[in-house]
Amino acid sequence: MNRFDFLRPASLAEAITAAAVPGSVYLAAGTNLLDLMKIGVTRPERVIDISRLPGLDRIEWLPDGGVRIGALVRNSDLAYDARFAAAYPAVAEALLSGASAQLRNAATVGGNLLQRTRCAYFQDIASACNRREPGSGCDALQGENRLHAVLGWTEQCIATHPSDFCVPLAALDAVVEIEGAAGRRELPIEALHRLPDAISATESVLAPGDLIIGLRLPEAAALAGHARYVKLRERTSYAFAVVSAAAMLDMDGDTIRSSRIALGAVAAKPWRAHAAEAALVGQRANRETFETAATAALADARPSGDNAFKITLAHRILVRALTLASAGTPKVMPALPASPFPEQHAPAPKGDLHVA
Amino acid sequence: MPFSISLTVNGQSNSIALDDPRVTLLDLLRERLHLTGTKKGCDRGQCGACTVLLDGRRINACLTLAASLDGSTVTTIEGLADGTELHPVQAAFIACDGLQCGYCTPGQIMSAVGLLSEGHAGNDPERVRELMSGNICRCGAYQGITQAVLEAGHALSAKNDAQPAGVPEDGRNAA
Repeated sequence: MNRFDFLRPASLAEAITAAAVPGSVYLAAGTNLLDLMKIGVTRPERVIDISRLPGLDRIEWLPDGGVRIGALVRNSDLAYDARFAAAYPAVAEALLSGASAQLRNAATVGGNLLQRTRCAYFQDIASACNRREPGSGCDALQGENRLHAVLGWTEQCIATHPSDFCVPLAALDAVVEIEGAAGRRELPIEALHRLPDAISATESVLAPGDLIIGLRLPEAAALAGHARYVKLRERTSYAFAVVSAAAMLDMDGDTIRSSRIALGAVAAKPWRAHAAEAALVGQRANRETFETAATAALADARPSGDNAFKITLAHRILVRALTLASAGTPKVMPALPASPFPEQHAPAPKGDLHVA
Repeated sequence: MPFSISLTVNGQSNSIALDDPRVTLLDLLRERLHLTGTKKGCDRGQCGACTVLLDGRRINACLTLAASLDGSTVTTIEGLADGTELHPVQAAFIACDGLQCGYCTPGQIMSAVGLLSEGHAGNDPERVRELMSGNICRCGAYQGITQAVLEAGHALSAKNDAQPAGVPEDGRNAA
């Protein structure tokens, strides 16, 4: 780790001013930042500790039925908040499927939104990486890339966004509140992260010194009864997604009034599947409908390397997420949150979960 | 840029001068306070060997910057036993053979203490396994570890049941 100056601003205004100096980074829990500093990927000159800033660690219910979540709320505190988990069950399930209990106790909402990709070439400072060093190239293109992006990638970058939390947030049209040198502004979460283009691989639209101070979720009571997050991992727990899907349905009997769908680990941002949502409107909730929606979600997918299997897998995980969502949100959080497999001691939901 | 933090570790308050802000909580405990029970495994938040309680919650000490902890309270494996009487989780790990080489054990035990106080596992071994997944055991003693966490849970609830209602052991008002 390089040497750095450590600052403890007493207020939000002081923090924003301090961060205006080039080479500054914000520190909340540090679960991602410190890791990247240890391996030399991030080499800040100034670390600005925002972990004690007042007023950013609250969950506030809004008069319109939505919720505002402060940027310093810890992942576990949000996931285990009973009112929040009942109102937004797929978000709670996504949070509990990420990282470990220790990390969830520390990691913050704001940090989760801005966590960096786990692409091995991004993390290896001897490799070329356009994200870490713009213009240096992308060693992942010809490297070990079976877990890389299948949507929205360019030859600049084929990395994926690692967050589980952001997937249902994208589906629910979360709004991100940002404080910066130019004052306060807000963005829909779909506009926060950037896809790589032909010449660059910039990760987000935030300017240096911008600080996420919170996010808001609109009221979503109609979706709460049929909401799931499903995540395929290479081991049972404590692993990033190979592919994941958030599926939320507003049901009228067997008919789908509307839906919210997003995919995870397929692109450089949480991938909202608008085409799949459109395909479900007014349809009966059955296998054929879900297959059609999954086909629509992945119509533009193409392999970026040895990862054509991820397209098939994402299709199947989305069908499974829709199948599980249509069976209803579980009354109790599953022992293995977001597991695609039925619980050992619980009966499997009706219908065939497997896709040929 | 030297500055100092105050940190209560295992009930003892310390004023610690930091001449370098790069020190993690893990290195502070091991190298400055000579509490070497907390282990360094991966040093990257992937193995759980460095698990301690920070303000009562289990976290990875390796991914926590000491400079950010002014005024905090830390409990390590050295702070669990009451004199010569082992904490129920420590006793259960011995009784259930929840270890082989022992390197991950302080982290496993601190994580189990955190898990039991969080109260989300109940009596379900599947939930215990899931909520202990942040602690890796290269010897593969997982069966004994799961058993130990379940048994310690029973022992702790029996102990709590024996307390007069509304008066927890530490004398604070029940939340």
